[in-house]
Amino acid sequence: MNPRLTALTAKRILQQFRRDRRTIGLLMLVPMLLLTLLWWMFGDTPDPSTGQPLFDPLGAKIMGLFPMILMFIITSVSTLRERTSGTMERLMASPVRRGDVVMGYAVAFGLVAVVQGTLLVLYSVYVLQLDIQGSTPALVLIIVMDALLGTALGLAASSLARTEFQAVQMMPAVILPQLLIAGLFMPRDAMPRALELISNALPMSYSIDAINHLLAGDTGAIWAEVGILAAFIVGALLLGVLTLRRRTG
Amino acid sequence: MNAPQAEPPAILVEHLRVVRGGKEILPDLSLAVPRGSVVGLLGPSGAGKSTLMRAIVGAQIVAGGGVTVLGHDAGTAPLRDRVGYVTQAPSIYPDLTVRENVAYFAGLVGAPKDQVAHTINAVGLADQTDQLAGTLSGGQLTRASLAAALVGHPEVLILDEPTVGLDPALRNELWKLFRRFADQGTTLIVSSHVMDEAVRCDRLVFLRDGHVLADGTLEEILAQTGAADAEQAFLTLASKEGAA
Repeated sequence: MNPRLTALTAKRILQQFRRDRRTIGLLMLVPMLLLTLLWWMFGDTPDPSTGQPLFDPLGAKIMGLFPMILMFIITSVSTLRERTSGTMERLMASPVRRGDVVMGYAVAFGLVAVVQGTLLVLYSVYVLQLDIQGSTPALVLIIVMDALLGTALGLAASSLARTEFQAVQMMPAVILPQLLIAGLFMPRDAMPRALELISNALPMSYSIDAINHLLAGDTGAIWAEVGILAAFIVGALLLGVLTLRRRTG
Repeated sequence: MNAPQAEPPAILVEHLRVVRGGKEILPDLSLAVPRGSVVGLLGPSGAGKSTLMRAIVGAQIVAGGGVTVLGHDAGTAPLRDRVGYVTQAPSIYPDLTVRENVAYFAGLVGAPKDQVAHTINAVGLADQTDQLAGTLSGGQLTRASLAAALVGHPEVLILDEPTVGLDPALRNELWKLFRRFADQGTTLIVSSHVMDEAVRCDRLVFLRDGHVLADGTLEEILAQTGAADAEQAFLTLASKEGAA
């Protein structure tokens, strides 16, 4: 990898992104709107065990899902578009290394993810009055990591797709199983043993575990999960690099 | 043609075999391209021109044989800022301006910043510099894509049908530009299915069904076939082959 070429590539991707006002709007506003719907439903419903609004645990756990899905789709479609339009072939014939392309995307969309995640958490905490026991900056960190994970998984998954149609199908294939068994609907230790083991191998489980620590007011306990999430992000990026091919058939 | 004989060829293709989708596109192709020349790669659609070009830039998975460019294996790291490549479909970013596109590719090969405006002028897009590439006409898009490859002043330029669909005046300008590059020592391989572009080239390679029908200067090929022009020569060679 070459830091100069990575930076140039990230800058180019942000230049492209900046022009797409509608996508920027959707990326920033859709998660807030979805969370507002959740607040509308559960903002006044007390949790039978704690007496607190059900929105607090539900909102905190679901929140990270929206940026993750959006960033996954945006990343996988953009990289696929590079492959189908011939620009990737051109890049692969240039001095750019495969790592520069992947890291360029990770850095550019990572910056977008930071803005998106921060806005979403601030909106939930200060407008929707989401009340978690743990610290708000820690919640921002986890939500931003969820968005980064979406980007990294999108980069890795797009190599398996040949068309944009297939790339979009990767989202339900990669993200929805995690949604179902990551501990959102049922605590992971209450699931059948086999499912619990599978969920151990899925990154989103650790995001929900970390949120559970925050809900319990135990901010100091999140670091193991944050470390695991970071390892998944790095792993997915490496997979993205390894599956990028200079030569094609 | 201006290169001394002792110098190794710019491009050396030896027994290249390429299979795509179960079909043998190039069965066994050998070719040498001297430095500093404009070589026209002529042949009908489906002859294997693009596949050969992809092999020369190292983008094509090959089943056998080899391609050496400037003494290095095709597509290897030492070549990547010395070989420019323009794909047949214009491949630049539609959501960037012409300037942003050219500046990005200039940055990748480490070309000086002043080359960006210079190259955009050279392909005749000065008035479109700040226009989004996605809003350019087909011919303008082709030239913007070309500018992104020219900006680094590569030693070898692989241009896949760069003049398709351009108006004759513009085509003339581009061929003059290619000539200027060749005079500065750049080796150009320009593919075309329009036979009348043959007169612009120092050397011609006729390609048909994945093999070389003829390789030489236009004069040599005309003398060999007794034809009046490149198109006639191609037909003569093709029918001779068909009869054999």
